[in-house]
Amino acid sequence: MSLPPRQIRPLGDRPRILQMQDLDKTFNGNVTALHRMNLTVNEGDLISLLGPSGCGKSTALRLIAGLMRPTSGRILWEGGQGADDLGVVFQEPTLMPWATVTQNVWLPFRLRGKSLSSVRSQIEQALALVGLEKFGDSYPRELSGGMKMRVSIARALVTNPRLILMDEPFAALDEITRQKLNNDLLSLKAATGCTIIFVTHSVFESVFLSDRILVMAPRPGRVVKEITVDEPYPRGLAFRTSATYGDIARETSEALMSAMGDAVEEHA
Amino acid sequence: MTIADTTDTRPDQTVIDGSKFDAEEARHARNKRLESVGKWALPAIVVLLTIWGWDHVVKVNNIPHYILPSPGLVAETLYEDWGTLFPSMLVTLKIAMMALLVAVLGGVGLAILFTQSKFAEMAFFPYAVILQVTPIVSVAPLIFIYVDNRTVALLICAWVVAFFPILANTTLGLKSADHNLRDLMTIYRANRWQRLRYLQLPSALPYFLGGLRIAGGLSLIGAVVAEYVAGTGGIGSGLAFRILEAGYRLNIPRMFAALLLIALLGVAIFMATTILNWFLLRKWHESALKRES
Ligand SMILES: Nc1ncnc2c1ncn2[C@@H]1O[C@H](COP(=O)(O)OP(=O)(O)OP(=O)(O)O)[C@@H](O)[C@H]1O
Ligand SMILES: [Mg+2]
Repeated sequence: MSLPPRQIRPLGDRPRILQMQDLDKTFNGNVTALHRMNLTVNEGDLISLLGPSGCGKSTALRLIAGLMRPTSGRILWEGGQGADDLGVVFQEPTLMPWATVTQNVWLPFRLRGKSLSSVRSQIEQALALVGLEKFGDSYPRELSGGMKMRVSIARALVTNPRLILMDEPFAALDEITRQKLNNDLLSLKAATGCTIIFVTHSVFESVFLSDRILVMAPRPGRVVKEITVDEPYPRGLAFRTSATYGDIARETSEALMSAMGDAVEEHA
Repeated sequence: MTIADTTDTRPDQTVIDGSKFDAEEARHARNKRLESVGKWALPAIVVLLTIWGWDHVVKVNNIPHYILPSPGLVAETLYEDWGTLFPSMLVTLKIAMMALLVAVLGGVGLAILFTQSKFAEMAFFPYAVILQVTPIVSVAPLIFIYVDNRTVALLICAWVVAFFPILANTTLGLKSADHNLRDLMTIYRANRWQRLRYLQLPSALPYFLGGLRIAGGLSLIGAVVAEYVAGTGGIGSGLAFRILEAGYRLNIPRMFAALLLIALLGVAIFMATTILNWFLLRKWHESALKRES
Protein backbone atom coordinates (compact mmCIF):
# COMPACT_ATOMS: atom_id res chain seq x y z
CA MET A 1 0.00 0.00 0.00
CA SER A 2 1.08 3.55 -0.59
CA LEU A 3 -0.36 7.02 -0.29
CA PRO A 4 -2.23 7.42 -3.59
CA PRO A 5 -1.54 10.94 -4.89
CA ARG A 6 -4.76 12.81 -5.51
CA GLN A 7 -5.19 14.74 -8.72
CA ILE A 8 -5.36 18.47 -8.05
CA ARG A 9 -7.84 20.16 -10.34
CA PRO A 10 -7.64 23.83 -11.28
CA LEU A 11 -9.27 26.38 -8.99
CA GLY A 12 -12.96 26.73 -9.76
CA ASP A 13 -13.27 23.11 -10.86
CA ARG A 14 -12.90 21.40 -7.53
CA PRO A 15 -15.57 19.34 -5.81
CA ARG A 16 -16.71 20.80 -2.51
CA ILE A 17 -15.75 19.09 0.75
CA LEU A 18 -17.34 21.26 3.37
CA GLN A 19 -19.24 24.44 3.87
CA MET A 20 -19.59 26.66 6.92
CA GLN A 21 -22.89 28.47 6.79
CA ASP A 22 -23.63 31.58 8.88
CA LEU A 23 -21.77 30.18 11.79
CA ASP A 24 -21.95 31.87 15.18
CA LYS A 25 -19.88 30.93 18.18
CA THR A 26 -20.37 32.64 21.50
CA PHE A 27 -18.43 31.73 24.64
CA ASN A 28 -20.07 31.90 28.06
CA GLY A 29 -22.99 33.77 26.54
CA ASN A 30 -21.09 37.02 26.05
CA VAL A 31 -17.79 36.62 24.15
CA THR A 32 -18.69 36.46 20.46
CA ALA A 33 -15.75 34.70 18.81
CA LEU A 34 -17.35 34.18 15.40
CA HIS A 35 -20.33 35.90 13.83
CA ARG A 36 -21.89 34.91 10.50
CA MET A 37 -18.79 33.09 9.42
CA ASN A 38 -18.99 31.59 5.95
CA LEU A 39 -16.41 29.51 4.17
CA THR A 40 -16.20 26.77 1.60
CA VAL A 41 -13.48 24.17 1.30
CA ASN A 42 -12.92 22.34 -1.98
CA GLU A 43 -10.87 19.25 -2.64
CA GLY A 44 -7.24 20.16 -3.26
CA ASP A 45 -7.46 23.66 -1.75
CA LEU A 46 -4.68 25.04 0.36
CA ILE A 47 -6.56 27.69 2.27
CA SER A 48 -4.92 30.23 4.52
CA LEU A 49 -7.03 31.64 7.32
CA LEU A 50 -5.32 34.98 7.88
CA GLY A 51 -6.21 37.38 10.62
CA PRO A 52 -4.99 39.20 13.70
CA SER A 53 -4.68 37.49 17.06
CA GLY A 54 -7.99 36.77 18.72
CA CYS A 55 -10.12 36.96 15.57
CA GLY A 56 -11.32 33.38 15.96
CA LYS A 57 -9.06 31.38 13.64
CA SER A 58 -8.43 28.61 16.14
CA THR A 59 -12.10 28.61 17.07
CA ALA A 60 -13.03 28.06 13.40
CA LEU A 61 -10.63 25.09 13.16
CA ARG A 62 -11.91 23.58 16.41
CA LEU A 63 -15.46 23.83 15.09
CA ILE A 64 -14.49 22.07 11.86
CA ALA A 65 -12.65 19.38 13.86
CA GLY A 66 -15.80 18.79 15.89
CA LEU A 67 -14.04 19.72 19.15
CA MET A 68 -16.89 22.14 19.93
CA ARG A 69 -20.38 22.87 18.66
CA PRO A 70 -21.47 26.11 16.97
CA THR A 71 -23.91 28.36 18.83
CA SER A 72 -25.89 28.70 15.62
CA GLY A 73 -25.40 28.07 11.92
CA ARG A 74 -24.05 24.82 10.56
CA ILE A 75 -21.16 22.97 9.02
CA LEU A 76 -22.08 20.89 6.00
CA TRP A 77 -19.82 18.01 5.03
CA GLU A 78 -20.14 16.40 1.60
CA GLY A 79 -20.32 12.64 1.87
CA GLY A 80 -21.02 10.50 4.86
CA GLN A 81 -17.79 10.57 6.85
CA GLY A 82 -18.06 14.13 8.14
CA ALA A 83 -15.18 15.03 10.41
CA ASP A 84 -14.11 11.40 10.81
CA ASP A 85 -11.30 11.65 8.32
CA LEU A 86 -9.06 14.49 9.49
CA GLY A 87 -5.42 15.23 10.13
CA VAL A 88 -4.41 17.96 12.57
CA VAL A 89 -1.22 19.89 13.26
CA PHE A 90 -1.19 22.16 16.29
CA GLN A 91 1.08 25.09 17.04
CA GLU A 92 3.09 22.83 19.34
CA PRO A 93 4.32 19.50 17.94
CA THR A 94 2.06 17.67 20.43
CA LEU A 95 3.96 14.39 20.36
CA MET A 96 3.80 11.67 22.98
CA PRO A 97 7.19 11.97 24.75
CA TRP A 98 7.15 8.33 25.85
CA ALA A 99 6.84 7.03 22.29
CA THR A 100 9.32 6.88 19.43
CA VAL A 101 8.79 8.83 16.22
CA THR A 102 7.42 5.72 14.49
CA GLN A 103 5.02 5.02 17.35
CA ASN A 104 3.85 8.64 17.29
CA VAL A 105 3.09 8.49 13.58
CA TRP A 106 1.41 5.12 14.11
CA LEU A 107 -1.13 6.66 16.53
CA PRO A 108 -3.95 7.49 14.06
CA PHE A 109 -3.77 3.94 12.70
CA ARG A 110 -3.42 2.40 16.12
CA LEU A 111 -6.63 4.07 17.25
CA ARG A 112 -8.33 2.42 14.28
CA GLY A 113 -7.09 -0.95 15.46
CA LYS A 114 -4.30 -1.38 12.90
CA SER A 115 -1.13 -3.22 13.91
CA LEU A 116 2.24 -1.59 13.34
CA SER A 117 3.35 -4.21 10.83
CA SER A 118 0.24 -3.72 8.68
CA VAL A 119 0.89 0.01 8.24
CA ARG A 120 4.65 0.16 8.46
CA SER A 121 5.08 1.05 4.80
CA GLN A 122 2.69 4.02 5.09
CA ILE A 123 4.50 5.25 8.19
CA GLU A 124 7.86 4.96 6.47
CA GLN A 125 6.53 6.78 3.46
CA ALA A 126 5.08 9.61 5.54
CA LEU A 127 8.40 9.96 7.40
CA ALA A 128 10.24 10.00 4.07
CA LEU A 129 7.93 12.76 2.82
CA VAL A 130 8.99 14.98 5.73
CA GLY A 131 12.62 13.88 5.45
CA LEU A 132 12.84 11.91 8.69
CA GLU A 133 13.16 8.35 7.41
CA LYS A 134 16.27 7.83 9.52
CA PHE A 135 14.70 8.98 12.79
CA GLY A 136 11.95 6.42 13.26
CA ASP A 137 13.49 5.05 16.46
CA SER A 138 14.33 8.42 18.03
CA TYR A 139 12.39 9.88 20.91
CA PRO A 140 10.86 13.36 20.51
CA ARG A 141 13.31 14.87 23.02
CA GLU A 142 16.18 13.93 20.74
CA LEU A 143 14.80 16.05 17.90
CA SER A 144 15.00 19.78 17.16
CA GLY A 145 11.86 21.94 17.15
CA GLY A 146 11.62 21.82 13.35
CA MET A 147 12.05 18.05 13.29
CA LYS A 148 9.32 17.59 15.91
CA MET A 149 7.01 19.68 13.75
CA ARG A 150 7.83 17.43 10.80
CA VAL A 151 6.86 14.38 12.84
CA SER A 152 3.60 16.10 13.68
CA ILE A 153 2.98 16.74 9.97
CA ALA A 154 3.83 13.13 9.12
CA ARG A 155 1.30 11.97 11.69
CA ALA A 156 -1.37 14.24 10.19
CA LEU A 157 -0.91 12.98 6.65
CA VAL A 158 -0.08 9.32 7.24
CA THR A 159 -3.73 8.26 6.91
CA ASN A 160 -4.08 10.34 3.74
CA PRO A 161 -7.05 12.21 5.23
CA ARG A 162 -9.63 14.18 3.32
CA LEU A 163 -8.70 17.39 5.11
CA ILE A 164 -5.69 18.51 7.15
CA LEU A 165 -6.07 21.35 9.67
CA MET A 166 -2.96 23.29 10.66
CA ASP A 167 -3.10 25.92 13.40
CA GLU A 168 -0.07 28.21 13.08
CA PRO A 169 2.18 25.16 12.84
CA PHE A 170 5.40 27.08 12.19
CA ALA A 171 4.77 30.17 14.32
CA ALA A 172 7.18 29.08 17.05
CA LEU A 173 10.05 28.29 14.68
CA ASP A 174 12.90 30.49 13.51
CA GLU A 175 12.67 32.15 10.10
CA ILE A 176 15.10 29.80 8.32
CA THR A 177 13.43 26.63 9.57
CA ARG A 178 10.09 28.14 8.80
CA GLN A 179 10.96 28.84 5.16
CA LYS A 180 12.36 25.37 4.78
CA LEU A 181 9.20 23.86 6.18
CA ASN A 182 7.06 26.08 3.95
CA ASN A 183 8.91 24.75 0.91
CA ASP A 184 8.58 21.20 2.15
CA LEU A 185 4.89 21.64 2.81
CA LEU A 186 4.41 22.65 -0.80
CA SER A 187 6.34 19.65 -2.17
CA LEU A 188 4.31 17.51 0.13
CA LYS A 189 1.13 19.05 -1.18
CA ALA A 190 2.26 18.46 -4.76
CA ALA A 191 3.13 14.85 -3.93
CA THR A 192 -0.10 13.97 -2.13
CA GLY A 193 -2.68 16.44 -3.42
CA CYS A 194 -4.05 16.81 0.09
CA THR A 195 -6.48 19.53 1.14
CA ILE A 196 -5.23 21.88 3.85
CA ILE A 197 -6.60 24.71 5.96
CA PHE A 198 -3.64 26.63 7.26
CA VAL A 199 -4.04 29.21 10.02
CA THR A 200 -1.45 31.95 10.08
CA HIS A 201 -1.00 35.62 10.85
CA SER A 202 1.84 36.07 8.41
CA VAL A 203 0.83 37.73 5.13
CA PHE A 204 3.92 36.40 3.36
CA GLU A 205 3.42 32.86 4.49
CA SER A 206 -0.19 32.91 3.35
CA VAL A 207 0.66 34.29 -0.10
CA PHE A 208 3.53 31.89 -0.65
CA LEU A 209 1.65 28.79 0.46
CA SER A 210 -1.99 29.01 -0.40
CA ASP A 211 -4.16 29.16 -3.45
CA ARG A 212 -6.98 30.77 -1.47
CA ILE A 213 -6.44 33.35 1.26
CA LEU A 214 -9.38 34.05 3.54
CA VAL A 215 -8.83 37.30 5.42
CA MET A 216 -10.62 37.46 8.74
CA ALA A 217 -11.65 40.50 10.75
CA PRO A 218 -11.79 40.51 14.53
CA ARG A 219 -14.61 41.30 17.00
CA PRO A 220 -16.66 39.56 15.86
CA GLY A 221 -14.59 37.11 13.83
CA ARG A 222 -15.68 36.59 10.23
CA VAL A 223 -14.26 36.23 6.72
CA VAL A 224 -14.17 39.64 5.06
CA LYS A 225 -12.23 38.96 1.87
CA GLU A 226 -11.07 36.10 -0.28
CA ILE A 227 -7.96 36.44 -2.42
CA THR A 228 -6.99 33.72 -4.89
CA VAL A 229 -3.39 32.98 -5.74
CA ASP A 230 -3.59 31.21 -9.08
CA GLU A 231 0.02 30.10 -9.25
CA PRO A 232 0.89 26.45 -9.94
CA TYR A 233 2.63 24.22 -7.38
CA PRO A 234 5.35 23.57 -6.53
CA ARG A 235 6.33 27.17 -5.94
CA GLY A 236 9.86 28.28 -5.25
CA LEU A 237 12.24 31.20 -5.09
CA ALA A 238 11.11 32.40 -8.52
CA PHE A 239 7.60 32.93 -7.20
CA ARG A 240 8.82 34.47 -3.93
CA THR A 241 10.63 37.17 -5.91
CA SER A 242 8.08 37.68 -8.67
CA ALA A 243 5.96 40.76 -9.27
CA THR A 244 2.77 38.70 -8.89
CA TYR A 245 3.86 37.72 -5.41
CA GLY A 246 4.49 41.34 -4.48
CA ASP A 247 1.14 42.46 -5.86
CA ILE A 248 -0.81 39.79 -4.02
CA ALA A 249 1.11 40.45 -0.82
CA ARG A 250 0.20 44.14 -1.07
CA GLU A 251 -3.45 43.35 -1.77
CA THR A 252 -3.55 40.95 1.18
CA SER A 253 -1.88 43.42 3.53
CA GLU A 254 -4.36 46.11 2.54
CA ALA A 255 -7.28 43.75 3.11
CA LEU A 256 -5.89 42.88 6.51
CA MET A 257 -5.35 46.52 7.43
CA SER A 258 -8.85 47.51 6.44
CA ALA A 259 -10.28 44.53 8.31
CA MET A 260 -8.48 45.69 11.44
CA GLY A 261 -9.45 49.32 10.79
CA ASP A 262 -13.10 48.27 10.80
CA ALA A 263 -12.62 46.69 14.14
CA VAL A 264 -10.98 49.78 15.59
CA GLU A 265 -13.83 51.96 14.33
CA GLU A 266 -16.42 49.57 15.70
CA HIS A 267 -14.62 49.57 18.98
CA ALA A 268 -14.48 53.35 19.33
CA MET B 1 48.01 28.56 4.99
CA THR B 2 47.29 32.15 5.79
CA ILE B 3 45.57 31.31 9.03
CA ALA B 4 48.94 30.44 10.55
CA ASP B 5 50.19 33.98 9.80
CA THR B 6 47.45 35.65 11.74
CA THR B 7 47.92 33.92 15.07
CA ASP B 8 49.93 36.81 16.56
CA THR B 9 47.70 38.74 18.89
CA ARG B 10 47.64 42.35 19.82
CA PRO B 11 47.37 43.23 23.52
CA ASP B 12 43.87 44.60 23.05
CA GLN B 13 42.55 41.29 21.75
CA THR B 14 40.96 38.67 23.91
CA VAL B 15 42.12 35.23 22.96
CA ILE B 16 39.91 32.24 23.43
CA ASP B 17 42.43 29.51 22.97
CA GLY B 18 41.57 25.91 22.23
CA SER B 19 44.36 24.60 24.44
CA LYS B 20 43.05 26.61 27.37
CA PHE B 21 39.68 25.05 26.80
CA ASP B 22 41.34 21.68 27.00
CA ALA B 23 42.81 22.60 30.36
CA GLU B 24 39.42 23.76 31.55
CA GLU B 25 37.81 20.59 30.25
CA ALA B 26 40.39 18.49 32.08
CA ARG B 27 39.69 20.34 35.29
CA HIS B 28 36.00 19.81 34.74
CA ALA B 29 36.49 16.09 34.18
CA ARG B 30 38.66 15.90 37.31
CA ASN B 31 35.94 17.60 39.36
CA LYS B 32 33.40 15.17 38.03
CA ARG B 33 35.55 12.19 38.94
CA LEU B 34 36.04 13.60 42.42
CA GLU B 35 32.31 14.12 42.71
CA SER B 36 31.50 10.58 41.68
CA VAL B 37 33.97 9.20 44.22
CA GLY B 38 32.75 11.60 46.88
CA LYS B 39 29.16 10.58 46.33
CA TRP B 40 30.00 7.20 47.84
CA ALA B 41 33.04 7.95 49.95
CA LEU B 42 31.63 10.88 51.95
CA PRO B 43 28.56 9.13 53.34
CA ALA B 44 30.69 6.06 54.08
CA ILE B 45 33.19 8.17 56.01
CA VAL B 46 30.40 9.85 57.97
CA VAL B 47 28.90 6.48 58.88
CA LEU B 48 32.27 5.09 59.93
CA LEU B 49 32.99 8.17 62.05
CA THR B 50 29.58 7.87 63.71
CA ILE B 51 30.18 4.22 64.57
CA TRP B 52 33.63 5.03 65.90
CA GLY B 53 32.23 7.90 67.99
CA TRP B 54 29.45 5.68 69.33
CA ASP B 55 31.98 2.99 70.29
CA HIS B 56 34.22 5.61 71.88
CA VAL B 57 31.40 7.07 73.97
CA VAL B 58 30.38 3.64 75.21
CA LYS B 59 33.95 2.68 76.13
CA VAL B 60 35.03 5.93 77.74
CA ASN B 61 31.89 6.25 79.89
CA ASN B 62 31.71 2.57 80.64
CA ILE B 63 28.04 2.49 79.65
CA PRO B 64 26.49 -0.89 80.47
CA HIS B 65 25.26 -2.87 77.48
CA TYR B 66 21.63 -2.91 78.72
CA ILE B 67 21.57 0.87 78.31
CA LEU B 68 23.64 1.43 75.20
CA PRO B 69 25.41 -1.54 73.59
CA SER B 70 28.57 -0.88 71.63
CA PRO B 71 28.40 -1.23 67.85
CA GLY B 72 30.57 -4.34 68.07
CA LEU B 73 28.12 -6.00 70.41
CA VAL B 74 25.20 -5.11 68.11
CA ALA B 75 27.02 -6.71 65.19
CA GLU B 76 27.81 -9.75 67.28
CA THR B 77 24.16 -10.07 68.33
CA LEU B 78 23.05 -9.68 64.76
CA TYR B 79 25.34 -12.53 63.80
CA GLU B 80 24.36 -14.79 66.70
CA ASP B 81 20.61 -14.13 66.49
CA TRP B 82 20.51 -14.27 62.70
CA GLY B 83 18.52 -17.48 62.93
CA THR B 84 15.60 -15.67 64.65
CA LEU B 85 16.03 -12.18 63.20
CA PHE B 86 16.31 -13.08 59.54
CA PRO B 87 13.00 -15.01 59.36
CA SER B 88 11.39 -12.09 61.22
CA MET B 89 12.75 -9.71 58.66
CA LEU B 90 11.25 -11.83 55.90
CA VAL B 91 7.87 -11.76 57.67
CA THR B 92 7.91 -7.95 57.93
CA LEU B 93 9.15 -7.62 54.36
CA LYS B 94 6.41 -9.93 53.14
CA ILE B 95 3.67 -7.94 54.90
CA ALA B 96 5.07 -4.63 53.62
CA MET B 97 5.40 -5.90 50.05
CA MET B 98 1.95 -7.45 49.98
CA ALA B 99 0.49 -4.24 51.38
CA LEU B 100 2.35 -2.25 48.73
CA LEU B 101 1.02 -4.54 46.02
CA VAL B 102 -2.55 -4.17 47.24
CA ALA B 103 -2.00 -0.41 47.61
CA VAL B 104 -0.82 -0.23 43.99
CA LEU B 105 -3.77 -2.25 42.72
CA GLY B 106 -6.27 -0.39 44.91
CA GLY B 107 -4.74 3.06 44.40
CA VAL B 108 -4.40 2.79 40.63
CA GLY B 109 -7.78 1.08 40.30
CA LEU B 110 -9.55 3.77 42.31
CA ALA B 111 -7.69 6.52 40.43
CA ILE B 112 -8.87 5.08 37.12
CA LEU B 113 -12.41 4.81 38.48
CA PHE B 114 -12.25 8.42 39.66
CA THR B 115 -11.15 9.73 36.27
CA GLN B 116 -13.77 7.67 34.45
CA SER B 117 -16.63 8.80 36.64
CA LYS B 118 -16.95 12.17 38.36
CA PHE B 119 -19.72 10.75 40.56
CA ALA B 120 -17.54 7.94 41.83
CA GLU B 121 -14.89 10.51 42.73
CA MET B 122 -17.38 12.74 44.53
CA ALA B 123 -18.80 9.78 46.42
CA PHE B 124 -15.62 8.02 47.48
CA PHE B 125 -12.87 10.60 47.67
CA PRO B 126 -13.92 11.77 51.18
CA TYR B 127 -13.42 8.21 52.44
CA ALA B 128 -9.96 8.09 50.94
CA VAL B 129 -9.09 11.32 52.73
CA ILE B 130 -10.59 10.14 56.04
CA LEU B 131 -8.63 6.90 55.84
CA GLN B 132 -5.50 8.89 55.17
CA VAL B 133 -5.84 11.43 57.98
CA THR B 134 -6.87 9.02 60.71
CA PRO B 135 -3.73 7.87 62.54
CA ILE B 136 -3.25 4.17 61.95
CA VAL B 137 -2.40 3.48 65.62
CA SER B 138 -5.88 4.57 66.59
CA VAL B 139 -7.66 2.37 64.05
CA ALA B 140 -5.43 -0.67 64.20
CA PRO B 141 -6.83 -2.08 67.50
CA LEU B 142 -10.31 -2.11 65.97
CA ILE B 143 -9.03 -3.88 62.89
CA PHE B 144 -7.42 -6.53 65.08
CA ILE B 145 -10.72 -7.02 66.89
CA TYR B 146 -12.82 -7.43 63.75
CA VAL B 147 -10.37 -9.37 61.61
CA ASP B 148 -9.51 -12.81 62.93
CA ASN B 149 -6.66 -13.65 60.63
CA ARG B 150 -3.63 -11.84 61.99
CA THR B 151 -1.79 -11.61 58.67
CA VAL B 152 -4.85 -10.14 56.96
CA ALA B 153 -5.26 -7.59 59.76
CA LEU B 154 -1.59 -6.55 59.46
CA LEU B 155 -2.01 -6.28 55.72
CA ILE B 156 -5.07 -4.05 56.05
CA CYS B 157 -3.21 -1.69 58.41
CA ALA B 158 -0.19 -1.40 56.14
CA TRP B 159 -2.45 -0.92 53.12
CA VAL B 160 -4.42 1.91 54.75
CA VAL B 161 -1.17 3.76 55.35
CA ALA B 162 0.36 3.13 51.94
CA PHE B 163 -2.42 3.49 49.43
CA PHE B 164 -3.23 7.20 49.60
CA PRO B 165 -0.10 8.62 47.97
CA ILE B 166 -0.59 6.22 45.09
CA LEU B 167 -4.24 7.15 44.72
CA ALA B 168 -3.63 10.90 44.94
CA ASN B 169 -0.60 10.94 42.62
CA THR B 170 -2.10 8.63 40.01
CA THR B 171 -5.35 10.61 39.94
CA LEU B 172 -3.39 13.80 39.38
CA GLY B 173 -1.29 12.11 36.68
CA LEU B 174 -4.28 10.72 34.80
CA LYS B 175 -5.77 14.21 34.70
CA SER B 176 -2.59 15.96 33.62
CA ALA B 177 -2.36 14.65 30.05
CA ASP B 178 -1.48 17.34 27.50
CA HIS B 179 -4.67 19.07 26.36
CA ASN B 180 -3.67 19.10 22.69
CA LEU B 181 -3.05 15.37 22.83
CA ARG B 182 -6.47 14.98 24.40
CA ASP B 183 -7.98 16.93 21.51
CA LEU B 184 -6.07 14.72 19.10
CA MET B 185 -7.62 11.66 20.72
CA THR B 186 -11.07 13.21 20.28
CA ILE B 187 -10.38 14.02 16.64
CA TYR B 188 -9.27 10.46 15.99
CA ARG B 189 -12.38 9.16 17.75
CA ALA B 190 -10.48 7.29 20.43
CA ASN B 191 -12.74 5.44 22.86
CA ARG B 192 -12.36 5.58 26.65
CA TRP B 193 -10.18 2.53 26.79
CA GLN B 194 -7.81 3.76 24.05
CA ARG B 195 -7.61 7.18 25.65
CA LEU B 196 -6.70 5.56 28.95
CA ARG B 197 -4.19 3.15 27.51
CA TYR B 198 -2.42 5.37 24.98
CA LEU B 199 -2.60 8.76 26.67
CA GLN B 200 -3.66 8.87 30.31
CA LEU B 201 -1.73 5.93 31.73
CA PRO B 202 1.61 6.89 30.12
CA SER B 203 1.09 10.52 31.25
CA ALA B 204 0.40 9.28 34.78
CA LEU B 205 3.44 7.00 34.97
CA PRO B 206 5.90 9.55 36.43
CA TYR B 207 3.31 10.67 38.98
CA PHE B 208 2.49 7.08 39.89
CA LEU B 209 6.17 6.28 40.41
CA GLY B 210 6.52 9.31 42.67
CA GLY B 211 3.62 7.99 44.72
CA LEU B 212 5.15 4.51 44.77
CA ARG B 213 8.37 5.84 46.30
CA ILE B 214 6.46 7.36 49.17
CA ALA B 215 4.14 4.38 49.52
CA GLY B 216 7.07 1.95 49.66
CA GLY B 217 8.37 3.56 52.83
CA LEU B 218 4.88 3.95 54.26
CA SER B 219 4.01 0.29 53.73
CA LEU B 220 6.98 -0.68 55.92
CA ILE B 221 5.96 1.86 58.55
CA GLY B 222 2.40 0.55 58.40
CA ALA B 223 3.53 -3.06 58.80
CA VAL B 224 5.77 -2.24 61.76
CA VAL B 225 3.21 -0.03 63.52
CA ALA B 226 0.49 -2.66 63.07
CA GLU B 227 2.76 -5.27 64.59
CA TYR B 228 3.40 -3.04 67.59
CA VAL B 229 -0.32 -2.59 68.07
CA ALA B 230 -0.90 -6.32 67.74
CA GLY B 231 1.66 -6.72 70.52
CA THR B 232 3.26 -9.90 71.71
CA GLY B 233 -0.02 -11.52 72.62
CA GLY B 234 -0.48 -13.22 69.28
CA ILE B 235 1.78 -15.58 67.46
CA GLY B 236 3.76 -12.72 66.04
CA SER B 237 7.15 -13.11 64.48
CA GLY B 238 7.96 -9.92 62.56
CA LEU B 239 10.80 -7.52 63.38
CA ALA B 240 8.58 -5.23 65.47
CA PHE B 241 7.56 -8.25 67.52
CA ARG B 242 11.22 -9.07 68.08
CA ILE B 243 11.87 -5.52 69.26
CA LEU B 244 8.98 -5.65 71.72
CA GLU B 245 10.05 -9.07 72.95
CA ALA B 246 13.66 -7.98 73.35
CA GLY B 247 12.46 -4.90 75.21
CA TYR B 248 10.59 -6.97 77.76
CA ARG B 249 13.67 -9.08 78.30
CA LEU B 250 15.92 -6.03 78.47
CA ASN B 251 17.92 -7.51 75.61
CA ILE B 252 18.97 -4.11 74.31
CA PRO B 253 21.63 -5.32 71.83
CA ARG B 254 19.02 -7.42 70.09
CA MET B 255 16.67 -4.45 69.95
CA PHE B 256 19.39 -2.51 68.18
CA ALA B 257 20.07 -5.38 65.81
CA ALA B 258 16.37 -5.62 64.87
CA LEU B 259 16.19 -1.86 64.48
CA LEU B 260 19.17 -1.96 62.16
CA LEU B 261 17.43 -4.56 60.01
CA ILE B 262 14.28 -2.44 59.78
CA ALA B 263 16.33 0.55 58.65
CA LEU B 264 18.11 -1.58 56.08
CA LEU B 265 14.76 -2.86 54.80
CA GLY B 266 13.53 0.70 54.39
CA VAL B 267 16.65 1.70 52.49
CA ALA B 268 16.37 -1.39 50.28
CA ILE B 269 12.74 -0.60 49.42
CA PHE B 270 13.61 2.99 48.64
CA MET B 271 16.48 1.93 46.39
CA ALA B 272 14.29 -0.60 44.59
CA THR B 273 11.62 2.02 43.80
CA THR B 274 14.31 4.49 42.71
CA ILE B 275 15.80 1.96 40.31
CA LEU B 276 12.36 1.08 38.96
CA ASN B 277 11.69 4.77 38.46
CA TRP B 278 14.90 5.24 36.53
CA PHE B 279 14.35 2.13 34.47
CA LEU B 280 10.85 3.09 33.33
CA LEU B 281 11.50 6.77 32.67
CA ARG B 282 15.12 6.86 31.49
CA LYS B 283 14.14 7.08 27.82
CA TRP B 284 11.84 10.05 27.89
CA HIS B 285 11.08 11.78 31.18
CA GLU B 286 12.92 14.91 32.29
CA SER B 287 13.40 13.60 35.81
CA ALA B 288 15.40 10.59 34.64
CA LEU B 289 17.42 12.15 31.84
CA LYS B 290 21.16 12.57 32.09
CA ARG B 291 22.29 15.88 30.70
CA GLU B 292 25.56 16.51 28.97
CA SER B 293 28.06 18.32 31.24
N1 LIG C 1 -12.71 28.36 25.52
C1 LIG C 1 -12.94 29.67 25.42
N2 LIG C 1 -13.66 30.33 26.36
C2 LIG C 1 -13.90 31.65 26.26
N3 LIG C 1 -13.46 32.42 25.28
C3 LIG C 1 -12.72 31.86 24.30
C4 LIG C 1 -12.41 30.46 24.34
N4 LIG C 1 -11.68 30.17 23.23
C5 LIG C 1 -11.52 31.32 22.58
N5 LIG C 1 -12.15 32.35 23.21
C6 LIG C 1 -12.22 33.74 22.74
O1 LIG C 1 -12.59 33.74 21.39
C7 LIG C 1 -11.84 34.67 20.64
C8 LIG C 1 -11.15 33.99 19.49
O2 LIG C 1 -10.13 33.11 20.00
P1 LIG C 1 -9.23 32.23 19.06
O3 LIG C 1 -8.35 31.44 19.92
O4 LIG C 1 -10.08 31.50 18.10
O5 LIG C 1 -8.40 33.34 18.30
P2 LIG C 1 -7.21 33.16 17.25
O6 LIG C 1 -7.60 33.89 16.03
O7 LIG C 1 -6.86 31.74 17.09
O8 LIG C 1 -6.03 33.95 17.94
P3 LIG C 1 -4.45 33.63 17.92
O9 LIG C 1 -3.93 34.09 16.61
O10 LIG C 1 -3.92 34.47 19.05
O11 LIG C 1 -4.29 32.16 18.17
C9 LIG C 1 -10.89 35.34 21.61
O12 LIG C 1 -11.42 36.60 21.96
C10 LIG C 1 -10.88 34.41 22.82
O13 LIG C 1 -10.76 35.18 23.99
MG1 LIG D 1 -5.13 30.50 17.68
